[in-house]
Amino acid sequence: MNGRWEVVIGLEIHAQLATASKIFSGASTAYGAEANTQACLIDLGYPGVLPVLNAEVVRMAARFGLAVNASVAPRSVFARKNYFYPDLPKGYQISQYELPIVSSGELYIRDDDGNERRIGITRAHLEEDAGKSVHEGFDSSSGIDLNRAGTPLLEIVSEPDLRSAKEAVAYMRKIHSIVRYLEISDGNMQEGSFRCDANVSVRPIGQTELGTRAEIKNLNSFRFVEKAINFEIARQIELIEDGGEVVQETRLYDSGKDETRSMRSKEEANDYRYFPDPDLLPVELDDEFIAAVRKTLPELPDAKRARFIAEYALKDSDAEILTVSRALADFFEDVARKTSASSQLAANWVIGDLSALLNKDGLDIQDSAISAAGLAGLLERIADDTISGKIAKEVFEAMWAGEGSADEIIAARGLKQITDSAAIESIVAAVIAANPEQVAEYRGGKEKLFGFFVGKVMQETRGKANPGQVNQILKAKLK
Amino acid sequence: MGAGDQAIHQRTLTGLAKGLATGEFSSREVTEALLGRIDAHQGTLNAFITITAEQALVQADMADKARAAGAAGPLNGLPIVHKDLFCTRGVLTTCGSRILDNFVSPYDAAVVERLAAAGAVMLGKTNMDEFAMGSSNETSFFGPVTNPWNVRLSPGGSSGGSAAAVAARVVPAATGTDTGGSIRQPAALTGTTGIKPTYGRVSRFGMVAFASSLDQAGVITRSAEDAALLLGVMAGHDKRDSTSVDHPVPDYVAGLQKPVDGLRIGIVRQHFDEGLDAGCAASVRAALQGLKEAGAVLIDVDLPNIGLSVPTYYVVAPAECSSNLSRFDGVRFGHRAKDPQDLLDLYCRSRGEGFGAEVKRRVMTGTYVLSAGYYDAYYLKAQKVRQLISQDFRNAFAHVDVIAGPTAPTTAFAIGEKTDDPITMYLNDIYTIGANLAGLPGISVPCGFADGLPVGLQLVGPHFAEDVLLACAHQYQQLTDWHQRAPEDFA
Repeated sequence: MNGRWEVVIGLEIHAQLATASKIFSGASTAYGAEANTQACLIDLGYPGVLPVLNAEVVRMAARFGLAVNASVAPRSVFARKNYFYPDLPKGYQISQYELPIVSSGELYIRDDDGNERRIGITRAHLEEDAGKSVHEGFDSSSGIDLNRAGTPLLEIVSEPDLRSAKEAVAYMRKIHSIVRYLEISDGNMQEGSFRCDANVSVRPIGQTELGTRAEIKNLNSFRFVEKAINFEIARQIELIEDGGEVVQETRLYDSGKDETRSMRSKEEANDYRYFPDPDLLPVELDDEFIAAVRKTLPELPDAKRARFIAEYALKDSDAEILTVSRALADFFEDVARKTSASSQLAANWVIGDLSALLNKDGLDIQDSAISAAGLAGLLERIADDTISGKIAKEVFEAMWAGEGSADEIIAARGLKQITDSAAIESIVAAVIAANPEQVAEYRGGKEKLFGFFVGKVMQETRGKANPGQVNQILKAKLK
Repeated sequence: MGAGDQAIHQRTLTGLAKGLATGEFSSREVTEALLGRIDAHQGTLNAFITITAEQALVQADMADKARAAGAAGPLNGLPIVHKDLFCTRGVLTTCGSRILDNFVSPYDAAVVERLAAAGAVMLGKTNMDEFAMGSSNETSFFGPVTNPWNVRLSPGGSSGGSAAAVAARVVPAATGTDTGGSIRQPAALTGTTGIKPTYGRVSRFGMVAFASSLDQAGVITRSAEDAALLLGVMAGHDKRDSTSVDHPVPDYVAGLQKPVDGLRIGIVRQHFDEGLDAGCAASVRAALQGLKEAGAVLIDVDLPNIGLSVPTYYVVAPAECSSNLSRFDGVRFGHRAKDPQDLLDLYCRSRGEGFGAEVKRRVMTGTYVLSAGYYDAYYLKAQKVRQLISQDFRNAFAHVDVIAGPTAPTTAFAIGEKTDDPITMYLNDIYTIGANLAGLPGISVPCGFADGLPVGLQLVGPHFAEDVLLACAHQYQQLTDWHQRAPEDFA
């Protein structure tokens, strides 16, 4: 796609950890409160206040580390990253620098050709979020909202192993899926709980040395990640091919214009003067702690996908879709276990009709109007031939509308399938008798008229005749 | 002279406690008497930045009521003043700086909280070197404090206001903070008793940070007995300070009776070198001789790297201060420059106008030593030397129970004498800084006079050996009356 150029991408993902209180204070992390109502004196950086580490964030970071096969450091250290900005109350951000809590992890994604590829995770470290500047509603000044200041973040840094925008998105989706499986982040991208910076460079294919990179800041949707990276790749290639040089800089993606533009150059970059924060003790974790955390790990997406394929004989692509979210996977599995219908049928319904209605109403699987047991009940009636697949769709929609269980709806609407061969035979006979011309044409070789007869039979039975039997009987009678 | 003959202002905290307990006087009477004395001497000493008379009288009345109701706390009705580095709710907390000259703290520091909960009555906030950076109390935005022994002289610093107030019998006790000697050196220069506890012994919550890994809260009093009384209340774990240590607090007052007989006192050769004033040396040697006669064993110890403590300190402390003081940016509280053109202008002028020269010097030094390319050569190397110094102390404490020597190289010096020469000023803390770098407790007790000015004896102990230091100091004060000598004009 890019001719003689190889693309090299590394992502720094910021996942907001789903704690009730902040990383170094007791203030709430809830989203959407009135400005500055969720910032205590510690978050405001008042004189004399001190940070106290929220133990929950350590447990969450350790969960992530173990989930991506990384080492969880027996000793990690919080450092101060010093710079001045109005939304940074202390004039430094407490982060981890030389000794992060998680290092040397990995995960697997599908590359553009569908092959599995290992992506290295350099490190993941804990840090506090900054507040935000508010420009709307102010004339010649800016407001500061410090509700977000001190919100715990896990910054997950990949190796420069990604080779296309699509791979970058696949990697980001995988991390997104993992942190949600682990229940350490809600992954809400609209609210900024999950966002990333992308380091992008290009080099001639075959060159081992990396090209000069640009860092695109603060990408908060999968779509923007893909578009911003693709824009940046094209920009860099064009620049080099025109005889120019990529400069190391920080760039911002403007989704309105679909372009990246320079924010600050390397020369303008801060010297952050990192040093260990003397207000906080090193975080020391023993083997016992790690082992206890390991015990609480859920089955992760890759393992679940493999198990779904093995246990439920699902198609690989279906297993992949179902295991993106733990809740969806759990729902499917619940349905599959409660029904005697085939698991693939259960998967088809969850991925197809159910997901379509969820999307239409903008709901998560947890908020589904049809429970797993309810869907299993419907599949049961398909499996035992009480209703056809087509009638099942009608029942399904009625269930979604809250009309009751599958059985109740089938009974109330009289949708039970007609499987009595004698009854079907008499209807078939009537249809044949009523349409002599078509019968003659069919028998003269116009076989596609078969559908016409099926339609007529179904019309007569209001769709309730068992389709298999209808076909069989029609075929015999039309001979 | 028995306690009963003493005027209120002449009494120690322990003496006042007895008078309050027997009903000789009320806390209101004590408070009124001392507020009057604060007012009378403020013009001469400039020891206070804020006097909280109204609030003090309310607290005193509450204490008197509590006592009448049989609910007296361990410090019920006893007066205290706080160095203006401790946050006090509803009261100006300036840190001696223009940048906080309008800052009213919305909360109490842990130290303030604990003392108040024990019934202590706060009379005011004491003057100090700006953000505790200084050894003479001359860097305060609110002007220098004078030494009650000679008002042309400095009381030392940075807890200069606390030391001067206690020495002048204005108040019996004051809190202080000690980052490199800021309690012990002014105690020595004013003839008072000053203790810096082990790092982590007293919560730093609400104590505005200068250098977080070195700062520790303590007290300046007129006796080791009073220091023991206060420290017992101030010490203890506080979950709001991650560096405070969960270690049991002994009964320091009860421990004072432990005799010095058999106590192994280490004498550091390097502490008696050419930098030490001859008069000070003579007083300190005489004090050691006195302790020896009381049964202590004097043992020579070596701290081979102690000579590196001043340069090490002047890398570590400025580094931390450069970061700690970043929050004073004119955005949320404190001084803000008028009509800023833009954000950078707001920062530069607010800080430029708000900070004094010494603070700026240290912020710049600290910024430099943490900069890319210099971090390893300065900050990291200083941290390594700090480890060596700590190790030296550990080695020494394998052989001795305490280390004794001079607190400061000279007696009090003239105001203005060293302000143009920061290095000479820094060398004033040459004997005290080691304890901060190693996190050890230290105490300075009056041990004589040189040319009419007080000399301090410093005792440094292993971690959490405050009880040993206080007992040794108390026993010494039973043998001597240096600590009872009052400056002529303030007797």
